[in-house]
Amino acid sequence: MACPPAAHPSPERQPSVKVILASADVQRVVDRIAHQILEKTQGAADTVLLGIPTRGAPLARRLAARISTFEDVDVPVGVLDITLYRDDLRRHATRAVGPTQLPPGGIDGKRVVLVDDVLFSGRTVRAALDALNDVGRPASVQLAVLVDRGHRELPIRADYVGKNIPTALAESVKVTLVETDGADEVRLCGGTR
Amino acid sequence: MIRHLLSGADLDADTATQILDTAAEMATVAGREVKKLPALRGRTVVNLFYEDSTRTRISFEAAAKRLSADVINFSAKGSSVTKGESLKDTALTLQAMGADAVVVRHPASGAPHRLANWVDGSVVNAGDGTHEHPTQALLDAYTMRARLGRLAGLHVAIVGDVLHSRVARSNVLLLSTLGAKVTLVGPPTLIPVDWAARAGAAPAVTDAGPAAGSHPGTDVCYDLDAVLPGVDVVMMLRVQRERMNDSYFPSAREYARRYGLDGPRMRRLPEHAIVMHPGPMNRGMEITPEVADSPRSTIVEQVANGVSVRMAVLYLLLGGNNR
Amino acid sequence: MTAYLIKNVSVVGGAPTDLLIRDGVVAATGSGLTAPDAAVIDGTGLVALPGLVDLHTHLREPGREDAETVESGSRAAALGGYTAVCAMANTSPVADTAGVVEQVWRLGRQAGLVDVQPIGAVTVGLAGERLAELGAMADSAARVRIFSDDGHCVADPKLMRRALEYVKAFDGIIAQHAEEPRLTEGAQMHEGEVSTRLGLTGWPAVAEEAIIARDVLLAEHVGSRLHVCHVSTAGSVEVLRQAKARGVRVTAEVTPHHLLLTDEVVGGRGELASPALSPDWSPTASYDPVFKVNPPLRTGTDVAALRAALAEGVIDIVATDHAPHAVEDKECEWAYARPGMLGLETALSIALDVLGPQWDLIADRMSRTPARIAGLDGHGLDPAPGAPANLTLVDPAARRVIEPTELASRSRNTPYARMTLPGRIVATFLRGEPTVLDGKAVK
Repeated sequence: MACPPAAHPSPERQPSVKVILASADVQRVVDRIAHQILEKTQGAADTVLLGIPTRGAPLARRLAARISTFEDVDVPVGVLDITLYRDDLRRHATRAVGPTQLPPGGIDGKRVVLVDDVLFSGRTVRAALDALNDVGRPASVQLAVLVDRGHRELPIRADYVGKNIPTALAESVKVTLVETDGADEVRLCGGTR
Repeated sequence: MIRHLLSGADLDADTATQILDTAAEMATVAGREVKKLPALRGRTVVNLFYEDSTRTRISFEAAAKRLSADVINFSAKGSSVTKGESLKDTALTLQAMGADAVVVRHPASGAPHRLANWVDGSVVNAGDGTHEHPTQALLDAYTMRARLGRLAGLHVAIVGDVLHSRVARSNVLLLSTLGAKVTLVGPPTLIPVDWAARAGAAPAVTDAGPAAGSHPGTDVCYDLDAVLPGVDVVMMLRVQRERMNDSYFPSAREYARRYGLDGPRMRRLPEHAIVMHPGPMNRGMEITPEVADSPRSTIVEQVANGVSVRMAVLYLLLGGNNR
Repeated sequence: MTAYLIKNVSVVGGAPTDLLIRDGVVAATGSGLTAPDAAVIDGTGLVALPGLVDLHTHLREPGREDAETVESGSRAAALGGYTAVCAMANTSPVADTAGVVEQVWRLGRQAGLVDVQPIGAVTVGLAGERLAELGAMADSAARVRIFSDDGHCVADPKLMRRALEYVKAFDGIIAQHAEEPRLTEGAQMHEGEVSTRLGLTGWPAVAEEAIIARDVLLAEHVGSRLHVCHVSTAGSVEVLRQAKARGVRVTAEVTPHHLLLTDEVVGGRGELASPALSPDWSPTASYDPVFKVNPPLRTGTDVAALRAALAEGVIDIVATDHAPHAVEDKECEWAYARPGMLGLETALSIALDVLGPQWDLIADRMSRTPARIAGLDGHGLDPAPGAPANLTLVDPAARRVIEPTELASRSRNTPYARMTLPGRIVATFLRGEPTVLDGKAVK
């Protein structure tokens, strides 16, 4: 989903590109989610953060870092690759499988917080729940997302939401992070606004 | 993405590396309580075996099942095939059954290539005659990479009946694609003529990538002892005892003396070097029990790695819409 | 019997003239001929050749009528410009008795499209153990003069010597399939780089060369005639060259496919030995048994040597080794497929490619010399007044794309499918009767 840079709108027939969160906003939102997790999990006890690639993984690491800064607790962080659990594998050329890395203590009996950048149809999270089921048995599972753009197709909701963004289906939400893309930003592209 | 896996030559370096990387992820599944992934749910994999090869068949079967595919085992020995049904008619039958992939083992070289003309699904060569066995080469490469940390720059000796070995052919292709140097070792009667032409020539070390059909990093040596001190991997090939009756070499005893890997020879290998064998072994012929059971031997790992590599191959062929 | 007047035709490459065919012979030649009763054929741009003679044809009857019959093979031959073919003995039952060769000979007469001259087996059942009744076949209605175990080599040197000697009594000739059987056990294709890559058991060139070398020495020793079937290697050409220089009575044939295709096609690659011919052509798949043949397709070096040897005369003739096979014998695994290729309807095109428009050379290699080797009176004679009207008209400027389904053979195993080949047979006459007119079989 190519999304042109916001700074250089094409002169004629402009595809709408709007910055929803700038760099400083992203950092503030991450901080807030970190605080909410601490609050809702009684200081992140027995909690594990699992990022869903691609951008959920660095987000999970940032959350853990912020939690450590705020309360001086080390929350174990891991990565949960969901490729092999996707329900749309056959609609695309074969997708490359990424690594799944569980923290050394595992996830059995823990509170797992799944971390992703955008919550949309809910299918990714469904796949993540299935994947989680095959790698262990957590005591409970929560979901943290940077952006919730609506249009759920499954009965799934997030426990922690950085920002709710009402969108049209034709639009796309593009998250970039320093770790993966060189800059923190959330943009809304396309559609006819 | 490739559609079939018929030959080691079908794989460029990127694809081969992707298969090995994917296999590494698949390997983690073997350590989990739930050894199953849903990626190939609803897909049908047919194991079409015209030769008895229980090890290869169960390896593919385990791989397909761990990916949740439905597996149909079609043992063509003792079925309608022996009553004269042609490979083409069998192919049309499998097609009608909705086979998404056919894993074929066949005594005739090139049979998987023929099959690929007649079915819509993917064809995986699980060993054809004296031609190739590409998944064996992939699992060998995986094993080398896991043990030695790399493939590029490794020096691999493949020892024995190269002439009749599908394992050797696939390994020569794949290892040169991945940047390893191969030395073929065996009696001149068991080295293919055009490869034997390189015997005694200066080792062909070149920076150029391997061209299709030529393997600049491959040379030939008839003297096992001369090769051993300089290799990272020594891969022993199975020698069929019936070759003895066809004058390829005078006797099993003489073969073992000249080309068998025993303890004293093993100790001439560099400290880090490993010993491989595709199995099943003729203990006492090409390899002694002391070597086969030594810590350098990767023979058991090779079997385990086989399942992971075949999972990776099946996933990459069937996991998406690659048409 | 209808008379035919062919106007403005080049006879074996000469200046355009008219040819009158009447009562089975060439009645007259010369400019401005008229014959009110004759059907007129415009020969402008066409070349008249003596009817082609194939020394090596498999007609499959009796035994494998699903692959070819004497009639269907005869029709294919006529369409290829042939007026005589020599039918190989490896039928079922084997043509090793007077009864079988007479049957084939009669079927040929009934079909009436070409003269079918049976070849007799050298040994009983092609088994290479005992001589067949060569004299009985020679004395039969079929008047057999060529004997061959083709498909099998007469490997036993004593048996080969006896056969060479024995047929001298009736001016017979042994046509040897040169293949040392112990060196080709399980062989599937030419032994070389491609066979190594494809994992197919090699058929080494030396297995052919060793037998030819032995046989020319045997023929020299007993003073007999020897004919070498389907020479396929550069080394064989050298053996033949030396033997001929010494005066050994040896003749040799090469097939069209060995003049054009190399072993690379088995691996699904490779271009034609003549790159100008069908430059866009390439095999569609690897291990396609349509390219399986015995002796196997060899390397580009061999093909170049064979082309030069044919032009030079070290190899005397082109023979098709037309070998029809049923679909199920080719649509299978390479190792299980039968060896052989169709050739009758495409041979002249390949000869044209190799020799160019040297019509005298083409007439020599495809008609005069094979007729002489086979002892076929009435064939191999240039169209001249009084000569039997066995001739064919070629359009050298025509190009055609080979479609297997359009061939007259019952089988489809042509290796030239989708190739664009030069030359087209416009008409063929057998003793003054047209067997082909306007490029179509008359019956």
